[in-house]
Amino acid sequence: MTFMHIGKDFVPPDVEGKVTGDAKYVEDFAPEGMVYARLLTSPLPSGRVVSIDASEALRMDGVLGILTADDLPLSTAPDDPVLASDDVTYIGQPIVAIAAISDSIAENAIDHIEIEFERRSFVTDPLESLVEGGPNAYPDGNVLMQSNSLEDENATIRGGINTIKWPSGEVEKLRNGQEPQGVEFADGWTYGDLDAAFAESEVIVEESFVTAGTPHHCMEPRSSMAYWQNGKCYFYASTQSQSAVVEPLAELLGIEPENVCMISENTGGGFGSKGRVYPTMAITGRFSQLLNRPVQLRITREEEYYLGVGRPGMQGWVKTGVRADGTVAAVDVIIISDGGPTGRNSASSSAQHISVVYTPTAMRLRNIPVFTNTAPRGAQRGPGQNEMSAAVAPIMDIAARELGMDRAQFRRVNAPHSESPVYEHQGPVTSAFMAEAIDMATDMFNWTEREAAPRQRNGSKIRGLGVGLGYHAAGGNGYDGLVRITPDGRIHLHNGVGNLGTYSYAGTARAAAEVLKCRWESCEIVRGSTDRHLPHASTQGGSNTIFTHTRTNWVAAEDAVRKLKEIAMAEFGGSFDEYDIADERVFRTDNPDQGMSYGEAATKAIEMGGSFSGEEYPEDIHPITQRAVIGIAGTGLIGVAKDNLEKRGIAPGLMISMAEVEIDLDTGKYDVIDYVGIADCGTIIHPQGLSQQINGGAVWGFGMAATERHVYDPQNALPANVGFHQAKLPTILDVPIEMPNGAVDIADPYNPAGGRGVGEPSQGSAVAAVTSAIADALGHSFNRVPVTSDMIVNFANDADQEARLLALNTF
Amino acid sequence: MNPKLSRRRFIKGVIYSSAAAASGAGYYLASAQTNSNAVVERLLSLNINGQTRLVDVSPSETLAFTLRNKLGLTGLKVACNRGECGACTVLLDDVANYSCSLLTHTIKDRAITTIEGLRTADGQLSAVQQGFIEELAPQCGFCTPGQVMSATALLISNPNPTREDARQALAGNLCRCGAYDHYLNGVMRASELLS
Repeated sequence: MTFMHIGKDFVPPDVEGKVTGDAKYVEDFAPEGMVYARLLTSPLPSGRVVSIDASEALRMDGVLGILTADDLPLSTAPDDPVLASDDVTYIGQPIVAIAAISDSIAENAIDHIEIEFERRSFVTDPLESLVEGGPNAYPDGNVLMQSNSLEDENATIRGGINTIKWPSGEVEKLRNGQEPQGVEFADGWTYGDLDAAFAESEVIVEESFVTAGTPHHCMEPRSSMAYWQNGKCYFYASTQSQSAVVEPLAELLGIEPENVCMISENTGGGFGSKGRVYPTMAITGRFSQLLNRPVQLRITREEEYYLGVGRPGMQGWVKTGVRADGTVAAVDVIIISDGGPTGRNSASSSAQHISVVYTPTAMRLRNIPVFTNTAPRGAQRGPGQNEMSAAVAPIMDIAARELGMDRAQFRRVNAPHSESPVYEHQGPVTSAFMAEAIDMATDMFNWTEREAAPRQRNGSKIRGLGVGLGYHAAGGNGYDGLVRITPDGRIHLHNGVGNLGTYSYAGTARAAAEVLKCRWESCEIVRGSTDRHLPHASTQGGSNTIFTHTRTNWVAAEDAVRKLKEIAMAEFGGSFDEYDIADERVFRTDNPDQGMSYGEAATKAIEMGGSFSGEEYPEDIHPITQRAVIGIAGTGLIGVAKDNLEKRGIAPGLMISMAEVEIDLDTGKYDVIDYVGIADCGTIIHPQGLSQQINGGAVWGFGMAATERHVYDPQNALPANVGFHQAKLPTILDVPIEMPNGAVDIADPYNPAGGRGVGEPSQGSAVAAVTSAIADALGHSFNRVPVTSDMIVNFANDADQEARLLALNTF
Repeated sequence: MNPKLSRRRFIKGVIYSSAAAASGAGYYLASAQTNSNAVVERLLSLNINGQTRLVDVSPSETLAFTLRNKLGLTGLKVACNRGECGACTVLLDDVANYSCSLLTHTIKDRAITTIEGLRTADGQLSAVQQGFIEELAPQCGFCTPGQVMSATALLISNPNPTREDARQALAGNLCRCGAYDHYLNGVMRASELLS
């Protein structure tokens, strides 16, 4: 299908503001009379607040008031409370918020608040808590018994606290790469006949693995600012969605959703950490309500590491059975997740990654989310899938080598296609063209020839090649689209999805322009504030925006086209099918002179009223969209619809990466010296944006592979990473100087625009390619990310690797 | 290191600023002193984007604070406030500097250029800004003002850089979105626009 706009580059309207400094982020807003809130945070990893004495602080000049847990909605463990009281569960957890006329008066006043704590035992490593007699993160237990599924990975996890303990001998088995026997798990799933599938296997590989928890490192911290006018809260936040945060924020503030105006034109990075309301928003909202002044709560870089959510770590074991022809027969996985105090875990999505990219005939997951007194955990780019991708890539390489198979060919044999069943329910995908992506990468990287060549050693330096696969569910449905044509002929594309810098808010809007067959210059994207009448949208996360919102824009524009034709029919007679659109006009096909411009049709729509101008709207649209339509009713021709298009199963975002690393055995440092990333993300919607997502994700992958991790002092549970350099994200010198990429560009049949997302799998495939390449170079797999320089030096010198096998949150 | 950036000057700036950056309050230390009258501010005359700006500055105030909070130049961003990330980069006499790690009172007569000062008098974008747009260099945009300023400093001293030159020039600017190769493309495009 030939498109006017889809598949072509354009200048997204927010780019100029970013390069000129005009783009505004939360801390750039400072309304008249703004005051400042600061946080008193916990010095303890675990305990209880016995008493708070803020009398001296409240007497200080300039101090306006405090908030404690008593002033905010009740929170029950293990939910992440706005302010902690009965359960203090990590160092850096907010306990008291204080407001003052200046930021530093508030900061100074914190020193004048006295808190009496009751100390409790704490734990930083899940396996230390799992062993009999080990400490628990909560007095009531150590394990989350999850009560809701996490189909929406940004959703808040719900569940209770329970206790699971294993005999020390069984924990030791896991540490040593063996399957523990006769032990309890919290959750899991299975499909197929696992025993029969292992019995068919020619090669069985059994390994343990560790993946570190990682901070998000968003460049913009989760600061917020709010003020109230006429009972309405105007809230400035750094968020991945306008519409997804309105209702939960209203609930936190005890007001109706229509009384929240969420403003977020630019978000300085989210990566899953800003997909929903963050708890500190309640402080800004409540303070501004109580003080009746604008209140800014600035979150410092250091605080971001304490109270910003991080990726959960994993300790696990995987047993893989592969048939003689290279097809994966069986995979058995155990995952112990480091859920921090919230219990957030990605065990199921980790295992789902394997089910999609290696398509085993039978599979089992058994898992336990263990609480630790470390940072709260939440969704982070490709939650579960990406860290599992890193862990299993070298393990799959072992199986391929034992069979004498080329490692890329091994992946191609198992690659998902459009009829592959996936996940524990073995359901369908909308489409998948992974084999085509693997072929494209193999050609671009010249894999076959390079893989066959001997690995040269140059002094202390050795090189290795790696291949990695990435997957994430990349498309939702059921949200709403909204377009408005005004009498001046302008086409307003209303979009409630956040703006993280992927430009998908704009790329998806082009689907509406495509349907309306209009010039892009005639269009205007309306976004950034719920006061601008934005439809119900997904959060910008989960790689879903491209699929989800090309569909919503498509159906809304189709509704507008239908109304254009009906308006023209009312004017010129004839039947609906006798009308068409072109050049921003609707006209009779047998007599194009009988027609009108879009602007004239918009004027008619206002005259005709009803659904034409938004006075009436479809019953199935979300209340958020209803309010948006009511807000713009009577101002033009309104196209509005819920996405009721057919969708079969999971819309997969798929990636393959190939990398070459050079490792210096003397220093342990390694560089990714060559890299290729190829996506299967359906039709390419926005080539430059796609390139940004493929390569940006790869940079994340290099960070996960080499340097990024949570580190906690086990004696005091003090986080060691409270700055960029301590859980170091890659710099421009840590990535190859050129990073070629591409995509197979085959349309997904369940999206009229053809696209699926790919923002997350691009990290998973990259980190996997690097861990695979390191194992190739060394002839040894660490089964751990990050692979740090000291691990390589220890390996090169035949020294012990770890004081404690499978330890997490450690140096 | 750029030869124009004196090592002594750089170290001195870092030492001065480290006390302010050691706590979360550092960036806003000045406002406390203003309000408590504990420290007397001094009226400074600064040369910013070709204009003379008079501003009351306290002794421990960082340039990032002065520019953002007293002069309303919010283009530069404070992402770490301790010289790690480069989001606050400005030019001093055409050399890239971290404004979070400079004390305003040490600037004196030097020419300060912020991202707001890059447009030409008739409002045209600079070559770097235009190149970054054409290559879709930014993602979230929070580090972008710093990237633009570092690239600008490079092209002032070396209008025809190699890709490796550009990489070295941007090495002090972190981008969590990982848009590094697009920023490099943007610098090379800007160099073409200048030639």
